[in-house]
This record gives sequence, structure tokens and C-alpha cells, in this order.
Amino acid sequence: MFRIARKNVLNFNTVEYEIEAPLVAKSCRGGQFVILRVDENGERIPLTIADYDRARGTVTVIVQTIGATTYKLSQKGEGEYICDLVGPLGNPTDLGDCENAILVGGGIGSAVIYPQTAEMKKLGKKVTVIVGAKTKELLIHEDDFRARSDEFIIMTDDGSYGEKGFVTDALKKLLDRGGYDCVFAVGPLPMMRAVCALTEGYGVKTIVSMNSIMVDGTGMCGGCRLTVGGKTKYACVDGPEFDGHLVDFNEAINRSKIYREQEAEHYCRLKGESVKL
Amino acid sequence: MNNVRNKPLVRDASVRSRDFEEVCLGFDAKAAKAESERCLNCKNAPCRTGCPVGVNIPLFISLLKGGDTGGAKRAILADSNLPSICGRVCPQESQCEKFCVRGIKGEPVAIGQLERFVADNADIPLEKAKATGKRVAVVGSGPAGLTCAGDLAKAGVEVTVYEAFHKLGGVLVYGIPEFRLPKELVRKEISSLEGLGVKFVTDAVIGKTLGVKELTESYDAVFIGTGAGLPMFMGIPGENLNGVFSANEYLTRVNLMKAYLETSDTPVYRAKKAVIVGAGNVAMDAARTALRMGAEVTVVYRRSRAEMPARAEEIVHAEEEGIVFHLLSNPVAINGENGFVKSVTCVEMELGEPDASGRRSPVVKEGSEFTIECDMLIMALGTSPNPLLTSSFKELQLGRKGVIIADETTGETSVKGVFAGGDAVTGSATVIKAMGQGKLAAKSILKMFENA
Repeated sequence: MFRIARKNVLNFNTVEYEIEAPLVAKSCRGGQFVILRVDENGERIPLTIADYDRARGTVTVIVQTIGATTYKLSQKGEGEYICDLVGPLGNPTDLGDCENAILVGGGIGSAVIYPQTAEMKKLGKKVTVIVGAKTKELLIHEDDFRARSDEFIIMTDDGSYGEKGFVTDALKKLLDRGGYDCVFAVGPLPMMRAVCALTEGYGVKTIVSMNSIMVDGTGMCGGCRLTVGGKTKYACVDGPEFDGHLVDFNEAINRSKIYREQEAEHYCRLKGESVKL
Repeated sequence: MNNVRNKPLVRDASVRSRDFEEVCLGFDAKAAKAESERCLNCKNAPCRTGCPVGVNIPLFISLLKGGDTGGAKRAILADSNLPSICGRVCPQESQCEKFCVRGIKGEPVAIGQLERFVADNADIPLEKAKATGKRVAVVGSGPAGLTCAGDLAKAGVEVTVYEAFHKLGGVLVYGIPEFRLPKELVRKEISSLEGLGVKFVTDAVIGKTLGVKELTESYDAVFIGTGAGLPMFMGIPGENLNGVFSANEYLTRVNLMKAYLETSDTPVYRAKKAVIVGAGNVAMDAARTALRMGAEVTVVYRRSRAEMPARAEEIVHAEEEGIVFHLLSNPVAINGENGFVKSVTCVEMELGEPDASGRRSPVVKEGSEFTIECDMLIMALGTSPNPLLTSSFKELQLGRKGVIIADETTGETSVKGVFAGGDAVTGSATVIKAMGQGKLAAKSILKMFENA
């Protein structure tokens, strides 16, 4: 059993959970993920580590309430327990060669680029952060990003905050300005695909984090397989981060839809609502 | 004396193929008694030579014949730790029963069924020796790890078992379906180990959560029984279409995550027409699971029936349940529509010269392409060892396909005090073979402690 040490509601459907898992906290690094299970009937879901505190023995995940499992999790309060948390899984982010990076976070993905932002800053490297959100309310951890980046750009779809537009609009302006040696993008698959299509034209190395469907997270099920540079790779053990210019995003987007209908049905049943697809 | 063996109770195919309850119900007392009387109690006991752990088969059967089921179980437990499991999943026809003298002029004694009967009908509490003060870490809670842990704990060693999954049992819980091996039995075996003082830590991926070095530093010995968890694919076009799964994924979703139950949050693909590629035990498990999930199922296998590696009983049960076998055929491409599987294109094969394994190797028949419609395709082509642990512990010497090299007579690896066994060493074998290696390693570890 793993205790929820702190729960912080970030906006109407996004919650931050700081969970006690001393062994994971001791060895994890930015870019790695954990798999958790809320209760005995629970599904195993992968979540990227958004932060960790080795002294407190905790890892933090930021979760959007979008399905059955995340809904069940959202019903858990501070001090309550979840059944399982295993990790750290996957490989840590490797931005070792980058001196001047642009970190792009879309939606919930902006939670995930925070450890890398902090780490780059600590190493004395230049880091520019672009985060995208649908509206101002959905923006998370603005102050933390502002404090740890050299430049911080906010894009909202509706223009309710920062600039109106997509992260790729801001990214294009920066790339035109030049001087950047690396882009690290985390967010919805279509966003990462758009970022990679853009950066490829500029010849700037781009790393993406693939949050594929998986069961065990240790290479056993093969559910998370994707095509990278024409070869089959497993997001769990070969990734989750890959050279974005080599990832077959169309295939990845297709694979992310395998259980869409079933999941919608199960979520509605759990909430006692009628099924709407 | 009768040349035909007694038959266990088997649930009717039309009923069992719609649920997940156990297919074979075993012998009743009368059948067990009658079958035990078929044993000739051969002095040289050829059956024992066929058993990877050398169970004293004539002894346990003669005790059973005399009505001493408890004594019979004690006799089995002297060599085997998990008889209720082995009685169900061992390939007896190619092990003990293959050497049974009765088999020469008729059917061999149903040794597996007798083992199961004894295991299910007698409770023998495990006894523990005085504490030695030694501590051992076991990595993996599958058959190899459980066996090693049990033998060490009985000898008074303090054992901690680390398991990557949230549930204990390894392949016994994620791979083998409920209808072939009720999970209650696995749980019972584990709780008897807990009774011996074995500690279990779930959600611990060694190589990630904890390093092997941390284990070697804090324990007197380490046993690695991490199995062979990596699925193989064919490398043919269309393999990443939606609806194409490894047998590992499909079975894990259904068995470990209980996706066949309404209450489970884990989704599972509901197919109308499923094709399973392969003919080993895992292929049979996947086929019969898909059937129970409501699909019409076809098994595609590139060799003939004689070469099918699955246990004979599973093949017969699958046939009875209505699984269609497309033998001597091999997929060459998977075809999709809107990103989902629609059909699989296969070619017919014929058997040529024997290959290195002694099996006749299949050769493609020219111009024999044909297509099978399906909305799910499961690859059950075997597995290879998981490099997660070994890649984080470079001192371990590895062999072909990444198997851990362990001394055949001791189970010790290239690192002193680190032992290994099971599929992590063999690549892919059976529950009983893994158990045998777990036992061997436990014996060597105890010997190492004695000599220290």
C-alpha cells in the first residue's frame, strides 16, 4: 500500500499527487515513469514522474481525470492509500549534450517537463520553456516554470492568457531566431507530431516522450510497441523518450485508440452515467 | 490387469468453453485407488528418470495404494515443492509417463493425475529447521523462485522474495489461465511459504527499483529467477495494427488483471474471430482464453500435429472445445482496415529435412497463399529472457539470446554468491524444470553456507 502524502487540485480535472514510495524516490530521475494501481480491481496505468523528493521518500505525479482509473484515483484523499506503485521504469531523460534547449509541454505534458527544466537550470544551461493549454485555468505550475527558465512562453488556444495560438507558433518564432541545439517535447501525440514536423525543417534535434498503452512496463507485454526509424521499439524499456524525427506518429496515434470504446463505456458505468461515445 | 488408464473427471466441452472454471476436475478417490493399482512398482523405476526433479513416483503411488495419502504427499514433497501445480501443468507424456513400463503394451499409469490427487487431498504443514542466521534474496516469484525460497526457508534461512508485479506467482498467475490452474492453488502455496517466514515484496523491479548490487551487499546470497518474459513477434508487415497482441499481453490482461470479470478496470480486446499463431502451451492458453471471451478461434501452426509442443491434454481439450487448427501454414502478412486487423495472409508449408532441434523444418509451398479473416491476431511464438536486470548488472555472464549462464551442477552464475535458474537460464522451458533449478540452487546455497 502506498500513502498519498499530499493531494493538490490544480484545476477542474487535473490533480497532483505526492505519493510515499521511498524506494522509487531514492533511485528515480526525470523522464522515468511509474505504474500505479488504485485498488484491487484496478488497472495498471503508467504515469510520468513529475517530481520527486528523496528526503521525504515521495514521488509526484500529475493526473488528468479522464477515465475509470484516474476517476477512482481522484476519489482518494490525502492520507489515503493506493494499492500499488512500481518504478522507476523506463530510461531517464538524456539532455546531456544540450546547451540551449527549448522544452515544450502541451496540456498535462507540461507537468512532465518540469524536472528537466529544473535539472537544466541546475547544470547552468540555457532553457526556454513553452507551455500550451486550452485556457488559462488549465495552466499548471506557472510560478515554478518562471523561476527556473530563462524564458517562459505561455500559449492558450483561446487567448485567455499568454499568447493565443499553439505551442508550434511560439516554437517557430524561437527557431527562426536560432541558436537552440535541442527541443524536448511532451504532450498529446498530435502536438508532438506537429513539433517534430516543424523542427525537422530546422534540423534541430528533438526528443519526445511516448506515453503508450502498456500493462507491465518491463518489456513483457509488447503493448507499448511503436515504430522508430523503421524498427519496432518498446516505449517501456527502450524509451519512453525517442528521437522524435524517427517516430511513426500516425501508427502511435492509431495504437492509442485500441481501447477507446471500452474505456468510455467502463468510465460511464463507474460514474453511473449513460454511455456516450 | 487393465491396459487402459482411469480417466479423470473433465467438464463437458460445451459448458466449460463458456467459463473460466477448471476444465479437468481430477480423479475421485475410487479412480485414484484403481489407477494406483495399475502401478507395477518397478524396482528400477524408469518413470523417475523422466522427472526433472526425480520424484519417487513408485513410493508415493504405493503409499496412496495403501490408503496413506498423507504419506504419499510427504514422499512427493521430498523432491517437489509444488505438486498441486505440477500435477496440472507438467508435460507428463514426455516426462515420467513416457518411461512408464505400462506404456509399452498399453497406456502408462496416469502419474500426473495421481500426483494432483495426492496434492489436493492431503495437507502437510512444511517444517522449518533452526534459524541459521543467513539471509537470501530471491528475485522473481515464479516456479523457480518459489521453489528456491521454500527449500531455503525450510533449512532455516531468512528469505525475501522480490516480485516486479503486484501479485505473486510469476507465470503461474499472469500466464497460465484460471481454467487450467486455479489461482487459489498458487495463493495457497505462497501462504504456506509465508508460514515458513518467507517475506514477499511486490512492486519491486530489480534492476530499477533496487539494483542487484544492493541485494548482493545486504544478503548472503542472491537467486535470480526472473523468467523469460520478452515476447517474440514475426517481423511481418502489419504486426503493429490494432488487434495484434503478444500472447503475453493478452493472457496478462485476462489472467493477472482479471479482465474477463465485469469488476475489472483493465480493458481487453473482444474479438469475433481470433487467429493464434503458434502451437505451444501458451498458444493453447491464448486460443482457449479467446474462445472463452467469445471468439471463434483458429490456430495457425507451421508444422504438423506431431510437432506441436503443447501438452497432449491441452491440444485434445482445445480440439474438443471447437478450436480450429490450420496446420502446416504460416502467416506472411497481416492486413488491416482503418488501423485495425482485418485478415491474415498465410502460406502453406510442407515438412523438409530435420533441423538442429531434430524436428523436420517447414518449407513454403510455392503459390499456396491464402487468407483467413480475423479481427484479432495473437502471436504465441515463444519468449526470451528480460534484459532489465542483466543490463543493469554487467558482471553477469550471458549466453545466447541473453540467458544467464549458470553452472549446470550448482546453479551459480559468473558472480560468486549469485545463483540463477528457470527460464532466465534455459530461455524457455517448463514449470517443473524451473522448479528443479530452484531446488538445485537452494542446495548449492546451503552448501556454500556450510562450507563458509
